[in-house]
Amino acid sequence: MYVADSRSTPATAATAAARDRGPGRRAAVAPTVLALGTVSLVTDVSSEMVTAVLPLYLVAGLGLSPLGFGLLDGVYNGFSALVRLVGGHLADRGGGHKTVAALGYGLSALCKPLLLVASSLPLIGAVLAADRTGKGLRTAPRDALISLASPEESRGRAFGVHRAMDTAGALIGPLVAFLILRQAVDGYDAVFTVSFCVAAVGVLILLLFVPSRPRPPATPAPDGAPRASLKAALALLRLPDVRRLALCALLLGLATVSDSFVYLLLQRRLGVADRWFALLPIGTAAAFLLLAVPLGRLADRVGRWRVFLGGHVALLLVYGLLLSGWQSPALPWLVLALHGGFYAATDGVLMAAAAGFVPPELRSSGLALIQTGQALARFCCSIAFGAAWTAWGDRWAVGAATAVLAVCATAAFALRPSATPPHAGTTTDKVSEETPA
Amino acid sequence: MTLRGKLLLLLAALAVLGGVAVASLLHAADRAAEKDRPQAGGPAIGSGRISLAAGADRRIVFRNMAWGPHRDELATVPAGVPAGPRTASGVKCLRFHAAGGTGICLQAVRGTVEDAYRAVVLDAALKERAHYPLPGIPTRARVSPSGRLVAWTVFVGGDSYASASFSTRTAVLDTTTGRLTTSLEEFRVVKDGKDHRAADTNFWGVTFSRDDRHFYATMATAGQTYLVRGDLTARTVTTVHRNVECPSLSPDETRIVYKKRVAGASADAPWHEYVLDLATLRETALAEPRSVDDQAVWLDDHTVSYSLPGDYGADLYTVPADGSGSPKRLMTAALAPAFLE
Repeated sequence: MYVADSRSTPATAATAAARDRGPGRRAAVAPTVLALGTVSLVTDVSSEMVTAVLPLYLVAGLGLSPLGFGLLDGVYNGFSALVRLVGGHLADRGGGHKTVAALGYGLSALCKPLLLVASSLPLIGAVLAADRTGKGLRTAPRDALISLASPEESRGRAFGVHRAMDTAGALIGPLVAFLILRQAVDGYDAVFTVSFCVAAVGVLILLLFVPSRPRPPATPAPDGAPRASLKAALALLRLPDVRRLALCALLLGLATVSDSFVYLLLQRRLGVADRWFALLPIGTAAAFLLLAVPLGRLADRVGRWRVFLGGHVALLLVYGLLLSGWQSPALPWLVLALHGGFYAATDGVLMAAAAGFVPPELRSSGLALIQTGQALARFCCSIAFGAAWTAWGDRWAVGAATAVLAVCATAAFALRPSATPPHAGTTTDKVSEETPA
Repeated sequence: MTLRGKLLLLLAALAVLGGVAVASLLHAADRAAEKDRPQAGGPAIGSGRISLAAGADRRIVFRNMAWGPHRDELATVPAGVPAGPRTASGVKCLRFHAAGGTGICLQAVRGTVEDAYRAVVLDAALKERAHYPLPGIPTRARVSPSGRLVAWTVFVGGDSYASASFSTRTAVLDTTTGRLTTSLEEFRVVKDGKDHRAADTNFWGVTFSRDDRHFYATMATAGQTYLVRGDLTARTVTTVHRNVECPSLSPDETRIVYKKRVAGASADAPWHEYVLDLATLRETALAEPRSVDDQAVWLDDHTVSYSLPGDYGADLYTVPADGSGSPKRLMTAALAPAFLE
């Protein structure tokens, strides 16, 4: 718990947060960020518990053939992008970042007990879709809260700390699930119940320890400050820096092949043994966890944009190694380290960069816009990659992805946004002392 | 609310939610323990030796699902008295098949942090001849009639947040040479007369011919399933027919029993059991009205057996292979039968 970690005895969270953002404590991560990190950690423990046992539950628990279940992923991708935009918009529009985030976390928490009663593929698919709707709703407001709670100069680090905590939860979740199944054979219902309890704790920590922003005043906004509306959100793209950043994220997303393809290729091209296949995602996550904070700090020092682009250079190396087809025991480790490094250098860093260009009034919408563009581009890339694989085989598909990424990275380098964010001064949100109802 | 108040509230919530979590865990552990106690009215089960050898008397070897100390062990009954007393071996498998004196057993290996799975090749006395690690959750297993070739299928997937895309991997092993094809996806695919290559190709449900060279299986690509005929020497598979899952080749090798996705069925129960005549490609619906999700097994050239959910997990049924008659329950609390003679 972050409360135990704070080396002070603050009377209230508010004064602590205010003091943490004072000029004297530049290096510290704001309590709000730690609280949000804790929420994400706990929530990821909860959701990854379910993800880890789901295949087993479908096959062994319910005796279903889960093939074709993947269709849900494809159909859902477009919808989830829309949900993200809606979540960002609602948060800016007056719903408040915290409220919308709480709705998202709450919706996902409520999905866990529903898994106890859903016993057919369509129903389970619907529950998972609702779960992901919750995830889509909360992502942009949560990142907006992180950005608003941390000073401009250490934003990269704040996002790094959050992403590291988030990933730690993703690694702990499966362990918890298997411990439960050890104690109770076929205890899937216990896994779902415990998962719900854990998710509820996450929602509670959010409600209690993350300060909400004050509601926008009813009076008209002062001249020059954008009012939150869909039009204003789209008008963000008229800001040259936002437009460039969104375009770069989109371009690079078009060359980002989905994780499952990377793992499949690791096995096919580099000869990773079957027994390790299930552990490959853990390798990426572990590297992400270890590198998120250092790369976040590096981004604060040398520039977020450079680190973001550098992350894609790491991805380019991943493709290159997969393309080489070299078979050596060290190579899969290197690929996973680079793959995790790619996430550590891009995921939180992009949000830290974007937060510098988007005015606070439109923070959630702006972040959602950039995330959505990136997510849709990655989705298109995966479809194209699958098609290329079908047409030319895996080797040429990786070759094509490598070429596309090299071209996109060069274009992104040429398009790079300006070095100094215009909103470097607007770093703080006023912390209200509202007690959540 | 003060920080102290918030902390107290959090602690109180932790206590309540922790209580719910522990209670659900205890309840599940209790239920698991109950399955280890024999149930009144269940079949009689004792320990004993099981032989997979060919040429002994006709018998059924299967996974015993009846509650009690021998739950989920391989067991045997004489073919003439399927409801009679069972002899349990102590060997546990998630999937099992046997033929020609060879058994294949896909089992879970308990690790410290998670279960791993392995395929174990068994000799006629159920002793391990070799084992191979598996990349996912066991779903199908078959031995060729001679006992020389073995195939297994596992589910692989679900590796990202709330993602639920699954794929299957099917491996074929020659037990005499030890040569292992880890995935049929390495084979050349000829679909509708043309070479076909796709990242989304999945194979499952291998069934072997007597010649230890050819096999049939299901191939799925682009949302469509196919019956494919495979050649282990040429390393090719060729599409034969559409909408075929979990095929099983008849002893005389003229027909395939399989599950077919029927239009208008509910998403929970989409299949109906059919027989396909390989010479004419004529389909015959079998008299089982329920949706079967199993790779059926032939008792002889006229009867097939398959499992359906039952009070103890699964029961075995038989139905005539020509579409006549009606389904009959062969055994309760049993799965994965191998009919040996």
